[in-house]
Amino acid sequence: MTTRTMTPATLNPQRVDPSTVVARTTPRSSLQETWVQILAMAWRALKKMRRKPEQFFDVLIQPLLFTAMFAFIFGGAISGSVSNYLPVLIPGILAQTALTVCMATGVQLREDMDKGVFDRFKSLPIARIAPLAGPMIADLIRYGIASVLTLATGLFIGYRPGGGVLGCVAGVALTMIAGWSLAWIFTWLGTMARSAQSVQGISMMIMFPLTFLSNAFVPAETLPGWLEAFVKVNPVSHVVSAVRDLLNDGAVTVEVGWAVIGCVIVVLIFAPLAVRSYSRKM
Amino acid sequence: MADLSAVRADGLVKNFGDFRAVDGIDLHVRQGEIFGVLGPNGAGKTTMLRMLATLLPIDGGHAEIFGVDVRREPHRIRQLVGVTGQYASVDEDLTARENLWLFARLQGLTSTRAKTVADDLLQRFDLQEAAGRPLSQFSGGMRRRLDLASSLITRPPLIFLDEPTTGLDPRTRGQMWDTIRELVTDGSTILLTTQYLDEADQLADRVAVIDRGRKVAEDTPDALKTQVGDSTLQLSLADGADIAMAANVVRRVLGEDPVLTPESGRMKIPLPDADRAADVLIGLREAGLGISSVSVAKPTLDEVFLALTGHGADNPQLEAAR
Repeated sequence: MTTRTMTPATLNPQRVDPSTVVARTTPRSSLQETWVQILAMAWRALKKMRRKPEQFFDVLIQPLLFTAMFAFIFGGAISGSVSNYLPVLIPGILAQTALTVCMATGVQLREDMDKGVFDRFKSLPIARIAPLAGPMIADLIRYGIASVLTLATGLFIGYRPGGGVLGCVAGVALTMIAGWSLAWIFTWLGTMARSAQSVQGISMMIMFPLTFLSNAFVPAETLPGWLEAFVKVNPVSHVVSAVRDLLNDGAVTVEVGWAVIGCVIVVLIFAPLAVRSYSRKM
Repeated sequence: MADLSAVRADGLVKNFGDFRAVDGIDLHVRQGEIFGVLGPNGAGKTTMLRMLATLLPIDGGHAEIFGVDVRREPHRIRQLVGVTGQYASVDEDLTARENLWLFARLQGLTSTRAKTVADDLLQRFDLQEAAGRPLSQFSGGMRRRLDLASSLITRPPLIFLDEPTTGLDPRTRGQMWDTIRELVTDGSTILLTTQYLDEADQLADRVAVIDRGRKVAEDTPDALKTQVGDSTLQLSLADGADIAMAANVVRRVLGEDPVLTPESGRMKIPLPDADRAADVLIGLREAGLGISSVSVAKPTLDEVFLALTGHGADNPQLEAAR
């Protein structure tokens, strides 16, 4: 190792002057600065995805496995035949897959936060939302892959969406939006929990009721009244119904509106909660 | 802005449950100096630094950095302070260049400017050859350098270094010291924590000694050392029975009381000045007292502690690490 000799004349043309720096400081990041910070954090998440492709395991396997499995097991029992069940099932699986990806978002955030680099993120003058929102933007890619794969598997085993190409694109887009919105719940959990394992555990407990106590796999009318009442207010039900309308009929129905409103409400509640809990955990 | 001292903290307090990690510490760091915070593991050094860096909420007391209130305006503080932690706070999954680029972007540099700054820093910290390699292949010293480089992207006027050389080999430590000294010539102020008296001595203009969350002393390194004697003369007498006579000789020559271990015939003599060792040895020979071994040791943190607090540094690893 060579001895380093610094040449202040070339590398540091000026001395640091504290009073000028103090005068230049701002009380918070502007919106534009925040956006740049979020994109920088998204860039980091993308780099990590490229270096650790194994984290794509869930978004690759689950769509293939669950679509085929559920179709052939429940198809006859619920809808009389596999092909009759597919229009009901595919939107359900889309929602379920999106939720699984959400869960991974929370778990990975928790893991990430335990690393030393988060100390630096906290010590930098950046908006507290950036380290949370950045990875979530990168995760849009994962929702996209998962949705497209689910749809492709469905098409392969005989699903013919009545909504055509446009309907499919809209359905996938809505799934991505819903996934991104619901991910704030799990991000919040990630900032609260003590360890990645506990995030995983709690997320499971939230994810299963949300998906199975919805109309994702069975028609809500077949359920007992009290359960039907819950299923009807479950935002996942609205997302599933909306995606069904888009995929099967190519129709932008009231359900689509409800799904979007539900997503907005989730974000409005959980994004501030997550940011607050993250800033507190210093 | 009337008061532009770099750091002014009054009565800082931090509790972790029932445990008071920082118990009313006052700190005053002047602009342009290297201020050392010296203390053993668990003394509260890191906790104090983290409070000042807005990484931990302040439970009690008041702190200002360049006149900006730490509690009220954390975002401003983060623009004034560069923090280099005890454990390298860089991203293990990115390369060195990517790390610097990311931190620069986060602080509002344009992409092109971020690249230039990253390359400058890589060169300045002798990391350009390793710039594209994953950090898993980095040595401890390289990581520390990258960590320090990451703190300097926006050239903050105040730099916190939390035990910058703990765990580094002596040569790398020496290089780190050179780098730290260079920072001050740029006009930056440095607040560093350390477990090593030697390090505080080498770098710091002034030192605060922290013990169990309290400040027990604050002075220049020289003044601190003279409190325990500049160095210690350790003697083993050839005949242990002579120890009382030997102690008399020491008292006569130096005017100080040696610390005796009569069972083994050993004594420790604090020296105001290493030269005086010869006077003691000559005195002993003139008195006809034989010596079986002799050594002169510099004061350790443990001895400074003993002198300041009346108890040791409570850290068995400390002596081993030195």
